[in-house]
Amino acid sequence: MEVHIVFYILSLIIAVFSVMAVTSGRLIRSATYLLFVLLATAGLYLILGYQYLFAVQTAVYAGGIMVLFIFAILLTQRPGGRITPESVKQRVFAIILSVAGAFFSGFIIISNIGRVSHLVDMKEIDSRHIGMTLMGTGKFQYLMPFEVISVLLLACIVGAIMIARKRS
Amino acid sequence: MGEFFSKLFSGTIPLEAYIVVSLIMFFSGIYGFLSRKSLLMILISIELILNSIDINFAVFNRYLYPGNMEGFFFALFTIAISACETAVAIAIVINIYRNLNNVEVDSMTELREPSANETEIKEVNE
Repeated sequence: MEVHIVFYILSLIIAVFSVMAVTSGRLIRSATYLLFVLLATAGLYLILGYQYLFAVQTAVYAGGIMVLFIFAILLTQRPGGRITPESVKQRVFAIILSVAGAFFSGFIIISNIGRVSHLVDMKEIDSRHIGMTLMGTGKFQYLMPFEVISVLLLACIVGAIMIARKRS
Repeated sequence: MGEFFSKLFSGTIPLEAYIVVSLIMFFSGIYGFLSRKSLLMILISIELILNSIDINFAVFNRYLYPGNMEGFFFALFTIAISACETAVAIAIVINIYRNLNNVEVDSMTELREPSANETEIKEVNE
């Protein structure tokens, strides 16, 4: 009962604010709406029982990426300035395409997935288990992707500095 | 009517409820990606799309394979990759702003940086 109410509130927040984020006329506002969507998503992870994913979502997405966005918006945009509206033709085309896609996929989902909607109880995932899974080399363990991600992060830091530095 | 409401608030939350939520998020991201002209708006739309995929990974893992953790770690790695992607993309946006003074998609007709010679000419003209 309580879970249902929380879920409906979170999904309402996600639905409303994700539409508002892509239709807003001011960039800083759509960044704020995106922040609400990301935090509501973190709430969904909490309902599902993935506390670690909740923490990562809040720290990395809602913390790190949003700060990057706000920096970029303030560096490239006049404060409070509106962005020039797009042409009606382009907007109508995008609306038609996305609404048609949503109805198509929604129809497939509603007509096919109904048969697997039962929830098996899951024991709480402790951080020891997550750490062992992340650091192990056996079956269903993820040391290799972990290392690849670390190399990717390093490459990304170097690349970002290389691209954004001033050339004199 | 009352039966409908009691059904709405009892039992487990069905799998497709989560998927419909992520579907709405995904297609509003698609709409923004197709219709907006500002590079930063396009980036925000990409974030929405990636985030909806993360929800799907976690939900499928929780409902279909509650004993395993594949979807959990896939969502974790996707979050890390999207952080990388945003950092590089924002560096590119800032570089474009430095060269062209705006971040509209239409004004970008070539990827080449202006050479030192062209910059001098531009400064003289201004």
